[in-house]
Amino acid sequence: MISFILNNQTINTESHPGTTLLDFIRYGQNLPGTKIGCREGDCGACTVLEGTLDGNTIKYKSIVSCLTPLGNAHGKHIVTIEGINMKGLSPVQKAMVENSATQCGFCTPGFVASLTGHAMAGENTSYDKAIASVSGNICRCTGYKSIEKAAKSISVLLEKKDVENPINWLIENDFLPAYFLGIPGRLNQIEPTIIVATKQIIAGGTDLMVQRPEEIAETNINLFYNRQDLKEIKEEKDRIRIGSACNATDIMSSEILQKYIPGTGAYFKLVSSEPIRNMGTVAGNFVNASPIGDLSIFFLALNANVLLKESNHTREIPLKNFFLGYKKLNLKEKEYIDSIVVPIPKPYSMFNFEKVSKRTYLDIASVNSAIYLELKGGIIESCSISAGGTSPIPKYLGEASRYLIGKKVTNGTIIKANEILQEEISPISDIRGSKDYKRLLLRQLLFAHFIKLFPENISINELLS
Amino acid sequence: MKNIDSKNHVTGKSVYVDDIPIQAGTLFGAVFGSPKAHGRILSLGTTEAELLEGVVKIFTYKDIPGRNQIGGIIEDEPLFAENEVHFIGQPIALVVAKSEIIARKAVKLINAEIEELEVITDAREAKEKGNLLIPSRTFKLGDVENAWPKCDYIFEGKVESGGQEHLYIETQGSYAYLTDNNSIKIHSSTQGATLVQKIAARVLGLPMHRIEVDVARLGGGFGGKEDQATPYACMAALASFLIQKPVKVILHRLDDILMTGKRHPYSTDFKIGLSENYRILAYQTTMFQNGGAASDLSPAIMERTLFHSTGAYFIPNTEVTVHSCKTNLPPNTAFRGFGAPQGMFVIESAIAKAACELNISKRLIQETNFLKEGNQFQYGQLAENANIEKCYYSAIKTYQVNEIEKEVEGFNSKNTNYKKGMAIMPVCFGISFTKTPMNQARALVHIYQDGSVGISTGAVEMGQGVNTKLIQVASQVFSINPGRIKIETTNTTRVANTSPTAASSGADLNGNALKIACTTLLKRLKSTSSKMLSCDASELSIEGEKVLKNGKETGIGWNKLVETAFLGRVCLTENGHYATPVIHFDKTKEKGYPFAYHVYGVAIVTVTLDCIRGIYEFDDVKIIHDFGNSMNTAIDNGQVEGALVQGIGWVTMEEVAFSKDGKLLSNSLSTYKVPDIYSVPKNIEIIPLIVDGPELALLRSKAVGEPPFMYGIGAYFALTKAIRAFNPNYKLDFDAPLTPEKVLLRLYQK
Repeated sequence: MISFILNNQTINTESHPGTTLLDFIRYGQNLPGTKIGCREGDCGACTVLEGTLDGNTIKYKSIVSCLTPLGNAHGKHIVTIEGINMKGLSPVQKAMVENSATQCGFCTPGFVASLTGHAMAGENTSYDKAIASVSGNICRCTGYKSIEKAAKSISVLLEKKDVENPINWLIENDFLPAYFLGIPGRLNQIEPTIIVATKQIIAGGTDLMVQRPEEIAETNINLFYNRQDLKEIKEEKDRIRIGSACNATDIMSSEILQKYIPGTGAYFKLVSSEPIRNMGTVAGNFVNASPIGDLSIFFLALNANVLLKESNHTREIPLKNFFLGYKKLNLKEKEYIDSIVVPIPKPYSMFNFEKVSKRTYLDIASVNSAIYLELKGGIIESCSISAGGTSPIPKYLGEASRYLIGKKVTNGTIIKANEILQEEISPISDIRGSKDYKRLLLRQLLFAHFIKLFPENISINELLS
Repeated sequence: MKNIDSKNHVTGKSVYVDDIPIQAGTLFGAVFGSPKAHGRILSLGTTEAELLEGVVKIFTYKDIPGRNQIGGIIEDEPLFAENEVHFIGQPIALVVAKSEIIARKAVKLINAEIEELEVITDAREAKEKGNLLIPSRTFKLGDVENAWPKCDYIFEGKVESGGQEHLYIETQGSYAYLTDNNSIKIHSSTQGATLVQKIAARVLGLPMHRIEVDVARLGGGFGGKEDQATPYACMAALASFLIQKPVKVILHRLDDILMTGKRHPYSTDFKIGLSENYRILAYQTTMFQNGGAASDLSPAIMERTLFHSTGAYFIPNTEVTVHSCKTNLPPNTAFRGFGAPQGMFVIESAIAKAACELNISKRLIQETNFLKEGNQFQYGQLAENANIEKCYYSAIKTYQVNEIEKEVEGFNSKNTNYKKGMAIMPVCFGISFTKTPMNQARALVHIYQDGSVGISTGAVEMGQGVNTKLIQVASQVFSINPGRIKIETTNTTRVANTSPTAASSGADLNGNALKIACTTLLKRLKSTSSKMLSCDASELSIEGEKVLKNGKETGIGWNKLVETAFLGRVCLTENGHYATPVIHFDKTKEKGYPFAYHVYGVAIVTVTLDCIRGIYEFDDVKIIHDFGNSMNTAIDNGQVEGALVQGIGWVTMEEVAFSKDGKLLSNSLSTYKVPDIYSVPKNIEIIPLIVDGPELALLRSKAVGEPPFMYGIGAYFALTKAIRAFNPNYKLDFDAPLTPEKVLLRLYQK
């Protein structure tokens, strides 16, 4: 039995946990405001809000219902456009109308859901955050300028928001209907999910529900999405441990990560869109084994390990040894990733992540790359470079990394490092780019790492001469 | 006035096809498309699919009671493939099942054994092999052969422009069910209700009056639902007619993107000749239009390419030829601009090439050759109210373009990692369907006895705001509150024989028909009030819902007036008919007066290019646009912004890619990218040109849907400027879209 609250209605359903939340909402509950655009999390027309109990309050975030297995809704408050509607328009809805931010209207409920979710955050909001909240929403009509204006006017209104008690404030200011107040008490009465130990683990669903939704809808699935035991991020001596069910948002907003890898927030902004980051987990990104997985590339350069678990047996292996071949993993049949462990970067270290795709945001990389350097007295003491999209696996560039150790950062060493890494990779031509492009692009991203980290010493002109 | 739908949009209450409450017993269809791009069907294995629990029936061409033919202009496209398949995704069968999931599962169980035939995806190759959809056409003005010797400079080149996926967020879909008298009602997400009706009648072998097509609104169309909503509506109708149950066919996004046609890719050879003072004396192009496997709207699109091939310029000697080539791709179709963007991209490329070779500013050639009043287009019409120079010089002055140029230069001399580029894009676009008979429309107006008004027209609302404009017309003619007026769904039983809502003409045609109907009704009401007040109707007017006599209140309000008219047995219903006057076109001579008027405008596009990574951001697009007298600036500005961003998408990130064997590679939203909120220009400014609009425009407010799309073309030339600023070795070329891949390869071209 899956139990949750949909808008103001308690749901107890025997529907298969692997069917999509979207179909349940639209066809099971006849709430047609949530639209079907692509069924792969790339348009945002099906965006809804997911509220999770945290003590006596609820934290809300946007998710795409097309990739959400119904089972993930267990114990949650799911809010569709119908659950936001009141007698009059909310300030979010008003802003969309007044700024002519809706034309054909098909994407609009998704935008309203995202912007309402943005308003509900228990933190100070800003125009940039309002825009980020709709980073997963595609509109084919407006050209977005009117939506930007709507977001601007909403962020002005939200400047007065009580961040300690956002829901109360939003109800008082007509952003939300009053029933939201009673939700925590009602959610408290729902029993936690019963974990079914079956082979097919599913977490955020952002890959599996794209790749084989029909199969998932009929398979016994093991839901990891709400596994609180796998959601912790903590500092342990000289390492950071990240629970495998942590999603990209958890990581990018983690104070620990921000402290040791200050650019994390900005780098992760390049990873998909806000709702997908709210769902997709770090372990899912690894296990999907995409040669271009952003999180794989990010953590490879940081020399992360993965802790693999099978009933009571655990083993820890370097992430770079986890990927064996195209979509082939060093993972036994009943094993799962428990956590990833990242050595805390040294104070004299540097890190950078680069990604280029056809569209800068909400896209899969053509090539991505990360670099971690430890530098002492102008000499590279330690170096790890990773690259995606240029090999059958997320690639740890061992040769180029090794070459740079003991070297000074000069244009010459970088040029040489590029020559070495070009031998390490084997890109193929596909829709994300020709192999020549990928080779050139990886060279450029290597250059970009050093130009960004050493703007005084390294310049494109000298690298090219 | 805001878009009248906007409140329902933001609350999710607007109803699209898939939101219509379904009847009990509704079945769901999924399409089995050809797995091969070209071949003979040897056998079709459906047994396994038929045995799947929940599958009701699988339809093929054999089940069609009427004709298996959905071609509009030319009858060359079957609804279901019979013996041969011509593109991957070409519908072969429709599975109807108790749920959409079952139907989709069953589709995967169907096997088609296909003997493969040669696959052609390239338009030039098709032409070489004689595979043309229709005979080629040429438009001529002056005599290019005589002109070449007089030219001081002659340049030749090649231009490629890619396809474009419509990516309306609502996919193709229809819901059909039987109504009384064994008739069928089809709810379709189509721009052309009558077209669906006509073709469904043909397929089912029924008279048109037994097919009722109803369209509430579309979740985006952009031309993609002008012709290509039809097959899926016909399939739903066919299945519901034969099974006698309601049937819904909504395409999964992956099927929609695979099966439906897109904007036509064009490949072009051009030759341009200039005098020593940069006047273009002669221009010749041979264009290869990639039409796909059936003609669809290609003939009409070819025509508009010919009409607009000289862009916003006057070229005394012009000869343009288009070959519409048959390839093994989905039949390409209408898309905002309808062939004009492809033509305009070529003339701008030719000018850019000349400027680059002559080492002068492109602007200099542009401003030397703009259309002037009375200039003849290559199709015979003379330019009237040719506003392009007005737009251009207004843009130069208002936006201080000379300063922008200096800033760009200054930035480029100071920066290595980033370079900027600027381009100017002028647009001249003719308004009217180029097929003259399509320029007609009707509007049915009821004034109900309580004073409320219901309006039906042939216009389809798809976000462009036509319904709002219609309300404005009625509200203005009657001088009543817009709240009294409702726009009904577009329905073939209320308004018959409609043209599709396309060619930017929806508001002009339907709005003018509505104006005629409302004006007639107003006359009747005035006559009623003249009887009530025993005075001459000429003394009376209706203003602000009140009857005034010589400008003074009479105590008679709208409600009283309507009620009196009703009791006096006055007809409160009127059908207005409008046919655009003046226009004509003689295809045998390729001359005439095809357009009611032209829309003009100029865009200044500035880009910043990250020369390390090959990615780019558009800083500014500054536009002077000729709206005429815009009747709704909020809606019209929204059209300009939306079209511009779509145009930028076309020449930058939107890359439709097929493999050599005809397989769509950009087959999902994860591989086909349209602009998101971060990729649009940081700043878009739109200033209207201050002029009076033409009489043939609705309330002198010019059509606005398509023309601004072509401002996006400026993005291409801004980018090439920035690339050259970084890499002087870059050899200017014309190959849209200029994706980050192509940009990077050009930045480092040796």
